[in-house]
Amino acid sequence: MIVQAIAFWIFAIVAVISGILVVANRNPVYSVLFLILTFFNAAGLFVLMGAEFLAMMLVVVYVGAVAVLFLFVVMMLDINFVALRQGFVRYLPIGAIVGVILIAELIFIFGGWVAPKIDSGVLAAPTPALEQASNTQALGQLLYTQYFYLFQAAGMILLVAMIGAIVLTHRERVGVRRQRIATQLERTRDSVEIKNVPTGSGV
Amino acid sequence: MEITLTHYLTVAAILFTIGIFGIFLNRKNVIIILMSVELMLLAVNINLVAFSHFLGDMVGQVFAMFVLTVAAAEAAIGLAILVVYFRNRGSIAVEDINMMNG
Repeated sequence: MIVQAIAFWIFAIVAVISGILVVANRNPVYSVLFLILTFFNAAGLFVLMGAEFLAMMLVVVYVGAVAVLFLFVVMMLDINFVALRQGFVRYLPIGAIVGVILIAELIFIFGGWVAPKIDSGVLAAPTPALEQASNTQALGQLLYTQYFYLFQAAGMILLVAMIGAIVLTHRERVGVRRQRIATQLERTRDSVEIKNVPTGSGV
Repeated sequence: MEITLTHYLTVAAILFTIGIFGIFLNRKNVIIILMSVELMLLAVNINLVAFSHFLGDMVGQVFAMFVLTVAAAEAAIGLAILVVYFRNRGSIAVEDINMMNG
């Protein structure tokens, strides 16, 4: 129990600190790296809550794909980040006011809220005991039966996003020499001329 | 000491607030704004998984997975738009993005 509490505090504190560094960092490359750290610690919190599959998804999908995508974009675009930092101090007070109000409201709500005693009969899908099914198994059983159409819809969303990203960023370059297979294949024998060059005399 | 639901909800609330704070703070940099949106979606996911764990209901985790999917799609499309925009205008400052304001 005490190990769990220590792990929670470590993960929570590191996640919050690296979250702050994501938004406050001067260099966007470091921001992305701290975003990765935040995701790792959130994955640790997920493991503590027994959601191992989602934790692994977070590491694979977010750290492996999304954060690397961010890193690519940050590094490939030639952006003057110093100019983008202007106005940082000007927006600080209004941002701080909004942030403090929001966090105060949320903490008041969560502090005064008491978790209701819920009858297990009203749960949509009660978590099975660990001897019956692991987290991944339980999630799969739920996802491929009850939520199958939503699962398909999620796949459609990803497909549309993939095609959309390709369509948006693809461009036809002009003036680039590339292989034209049709032209190559329709060449005949007489399109190539063989010259008989005498030895030692040059062309 | 016992780690309760409130602890997890507080962490999620702090992360969500950091996301909003980041949007206000980096008004000019679209990349950081997108990262802040990712932070906020992560906070929402922590909320969903926390409730799922403490109420003993798996549906929260299913929903968190769908949020994860949509967030990944959103990041891909957002960054693609950003790349196209940078190619056309040579800048990603937010206040330059006003071509469609009528």
